[in-house]
Amino acid sequence: MVVNSVHWFRKGLRLHDNPALQEALNSADTVRCVYILDPWFAGSANVGINRWRFLLESLEDLDSSLRKLDSRLFVVRGQPANVFPSLFKEWNVTRLTFEYDSEPYGKERDGAIIKMAQEFGVETIVRNSHTLYNLDRIVEMNNGSPPLTFKRFQALVNRLELPMKPLPTITQEQMGSCRTKIADNHDEHYSVPSLEELGFKTQGLDPAVWKGGESEALERLNKHLDRKAWVASFERARINMCSLIASPTGLSPYLRFGCLSCRVFYYNLRELYMKLRKNCSPPLSLFGQLLWREFFYAAGTNNPNFDRMEGNPICVQIPWDHNPEALAKWAEGSTGFPWIDAIMTQLRQEGWIHHLARHAVACFLTRGDLWISWESGMRVFEELLLDADWSVNAGSWMWLSCSAFFQQFFHCYCPVGFGRRTDPSGDYIRRYIPKLKDYPNRYIYEPWRAPESVQKAANCIVGVDYPKPMINHAEGSRLNIERMKQVYQQLSHYRGLNNGSNLPLMGCRLMAPSSTILLVISLRAVMLGSDGQSEWFLLPTTHSSCHELHDCHDDLLSRAAVVCPFCHLTDHVVEVLWLPRYRTSMLSPLQGIDICMYAGVGTSCFN
Amino acid sequence: MALYAVILMYEIPCLINYNCQQANDLRCIIPTKPRCVSSYRMKRVKGDEDACSSSSEGPTESCKKVRKLQPSKEKHQEEEEETDVDLCEFGFDWALLPQEILLNIFQFLPLLDRAYASQVCRGWNQAFHMPELWRCFEFELNQPASSYLKATHPDLIKQIIKRHSNHLQYVSFKVDSSTESAEAACDILSQLVNCSLKTLGLISTARPSFMELPKSHFISALTVVFVNSKSLSSLKIDDTPVDDPSLKVLVANNSDTLRMLKMSSCPHVSPAGILCVADQCHGLRELALNYHLLSDELLLALSSEKHVHLEHLRIDVVSENPGQHFHTIRKSSWDAMLRHSPKFNLVMYFFLYEDEFGPFFREEVPITHLYFGRSVSKDVLGRVGLHCPRLVELVVCANGLRPLDEELIRIAKRCTQLSAIGLGECEVSCSAFVEFVKMCGRRLSQLSIMEEVLIPDHKYNLDEIHWEVSKHLGRVWFPDMMPTW
Repeated sequence: MVVNSVHWFRKGLRLHDNPALQEALNSADTVRCVYILDPWFAGSANVGINRWRFLLESLEDLDSSLRKLDSRLFVVRGQPANVFPSLFKEWNVTRLTFEYDSEPYGKERDGAIIKMAQEFGVETIVRNSHTLYNLDRIVEMNNGSPPLTFKRFQALVNRLELPMKPLPTITQEQMGSCRTKIADNHDEHYSVPSLEELGFKTQGLDPAVWKGGESEALERLNKHLDRKAWVASFERARINMCSLIASPTGLSPYLRFGCLSCRVFYYNLRELYMKLRKNCSPPLSLFGQLLWREFFYAAGTNNPNFDRMEGNPICVQIPWDHNPEALAKWAEGSTGFPWIDAIMTQLRQEGWIHHLARHAVACFLTRGDLWISWESGMRVFEELLLDADWSVNAGSWMWLSCSAFFQQFFHCYCPVGFGRRTDPSGDYIRRYIPKLKDYPNRYIYEPWRAPESVQKAANCIVGVDYPKPMINHAEGSRLNIERMKQVYQQLSHYRGLNNGSNLPLMGCRLMAPSSTILLVISLRAVMLGSDGQSEWFLLPTTHSSCHELHDCHDDLLSRAAVVCPFCHLTDHVVEVLWLPRYRTSMLSPLQGIDICMYAGVGTSCFN
Repeated sequence: MALYAVILMYEIPCLINYNCQQANDLRCIIPTKPRCVSSYRMKRVKGDEDACSSSSEGPTESCKKVRKLQPSKEKHQEEEEETDVDLCEFGFDWALLPQEILLNIFQFLPLLDRAYASQVCRGWNQAFHMPELWRCFEFELNQPASSYLKATHPDLIKQIIKRHSNHLQYVSFKVDSSTESAEAACDILSQLVNCSLKTLGLISTARPSFMELPKSHFISALTVVFVNSKSLSSLKIDDTPVDDPSLKVLVANNSDTLRMLKMSSCPHVSPAGILCVADQCHGLRELALNYHLLSDELLLALSSEKHVHLEHLRIDVVSENPGQHFHTIRKSSWDAMLRHSPKFNLVMYFFLYEDEFGPFFREEVPITHLYFGRSVSKDVLGRVGLHCPRLVELVVCANGLRPLDEELIRIAKRCTQLSAIGLGECEVSCSAFVEFVKMCGRRLSQLSIMEEVLIPDHKYNLDEIHWEVSKHLGRVWFPDMMPTW
């Protein structure tokens, strides 16, 4: 029987470690590598020019690698659901292969395509290679819902076997055995489009800082490992001015588009570590970045509302402001805080910023200063950030805005001090905001505090040449810390007030041992109370996180009483755990409700 | 509970038999014992996440019986023998549910469910309007275009003002960033003429929108409540344009009952204004205000013999303009305060520039909870170690570039009550941190340290410190992490 394969590239834009592509080649008579792209859609999509350029460069690179194997990339114009039927017929396709997409939108799209392929009698083969682990397996190990703390996630990963070993690159022989005739007018129909074709103006476009493609990715991987080997240290590097600048060894956009296989990265790091550390098996912290990515993928995989607040079961509902003008100032980098503006400028120009810079601007937009929804920030990142992935982007934003994952929020990044700590000289600012280049170091992070003479001498008057700060940070952060407290207090459904009595929470006193915290977990309800000796909480989380806490600290929870006075209330309320008091540190968003005005309990200034 | 409502709503009407006399009879039969709500809640049916209890009292026994009605009704329909439920011996059906029980059920229902239930029958409709259900209300006011806040329906607001304003006792207003919402809150306030509030909270969920109102408008609305209430015990009016004359009205009408006053960032109040409150309201236990209102006189007034023990004093130290000079409080005033209320919590939030700390921590201060919202110098933290013997909780959001080693160790040595600490953008060497934890030991119940804070040194790297600190704390501890993606 003749086997005509089509490999459908989406992410995973590479020939190395591409199991689905290997399946396509496996004893096939012809193989066509396809990328489907809708040029009419491109202009309107919420994706910026840098991201498109990166994608097109990656496709070009893929095409040129395939050429070396006497094949080509077929960039098909249209929408997958529309183009596949005609491709199936035209090429007499019998096998369709693609990489597994764990995200809800992708799963839905792929489900429809698989069904359609079935109707055409096309076999589909799907292989996981975008993530290290099988995410469904992680969710399953966590009793059916994703782990919501990174610690829990690490604990689960520790129990898993090592990720699958990467597969070798496609070879000439493999490709040769299923050579497909390339039509003379191939370029006319299937060439990689240009930015112009997608409707972008390229005049005056700066050269790309991050060049897309597998070849570039592999080169960078080598440099990355060389540098690690040379430094011979796997500790977290101290951040400084250099860390903020796009590094020639940075890999995150390549992982995002799958130009680099995360498993190749993983195993290379592992081997290097074992070589330098005499076969010590590496700690999980070595793979920090990769694991964060995995963590957010796992959190988002079964949650179609992962990228919004409403209807998202893991997201705390916060009454953010709608403020389009303030949002625009932030997005354009004209907040008047050079540190914030420089980061946003770098993001817009180059498509990448350091993770601490992400913390800074995300905190500024949301809980720190502007009190604008993380969803708006996420959309801006989606447009500009090369490595922005649906899951990772939404997950990071929820994390940074303290909307999920049990983040503590006692501290806001200062838009002046944080930058100054990182780069005391202010060279980073001068690089991205040339207007401020003549400011002395002392004032470069807060030019509005410079005396007029200094402003004049620097040829940049604040309020004229450079905006005044859009907010008083001290005041803004003071207010917002109170606001956050209110949110979490609100979650507590604190209604011990109807009878005006001082009885805490719901008028019921649970007889908790004095050194314990009673933790009740429900989907939505959060309650908190204190009777002087003990405190109790209801956390906004799901069934599994209860197990999560349980598992995390099995030893400490061995005497957990698992009888819940509320259990019969709902399907979601599952367990009550007696926890030693120390657990507050993890639960710190709920600690220190000091505006329990009706009962007057608590004074903690955490949060 | 929602499910409960559904059951009640859809299955009962057919059984309804209006017989109030019988209901009254039943009321005498069903014992109403005070009991613990928790035991009641344990027995509740599935289906509710939103339930809140408002009452500390409630008839558990009667509730149990109510629950039994459900199976009994089915059995009744199936014409089976029914002996279990005593109520049925009276030929009971749902319509006869005594109001007390209904009230109790209603107290667990979210407002919307109550509203649905009220459409079932007249009896339930009456129950819906029972004063007990309207003692507490939170008005949420927003402009949909400007906020994610959920708003209370305007018709409901009208209804409450018309029918229930005299029942309201515990009221809060939540507003978004828009002036319109704050205005709407004031409009409602000024209509609360025939109610006697016990607590009132004005809460800005985003920016402080009450501050944008014309002061006179706000004041006149607020004084309506002050004048009419006569028994206000808790008042939260942070970030509002409240002023001295309105506080005088508050005091004139509520001095015997006022226990809690939160008024951080109220720029129109003067030290004399708050002093008047402290002088007259001897029951005041909790007070929150900004540093510029704090004076020696205020502390002495709060520690007068007539005054009850103060429980919480929260002070926000905010600089209005750079380089501002702050007054000092005499040590003797703090001492007087401490003699009068030995257990009081002094919570201080600092939002100052580094160069504005001059007058602070020069002498012993009875601070228990200390929060530094902005960068604070090593020098000031050193003074904290010297002068804050009562310190329980310390949060340092930011510090300069040099490690805080000696300062932390001094704090561990001299602040023997310290049980919680949070460090943000600071640096501490791993060995100093371990030493700190070792000195404080297990009394450190909360230790929130950002991972970046800890600087590995010759003794410990980051993996080792986790073990070492856990060992001294007697429990598993990790630094706080942020995503590195």
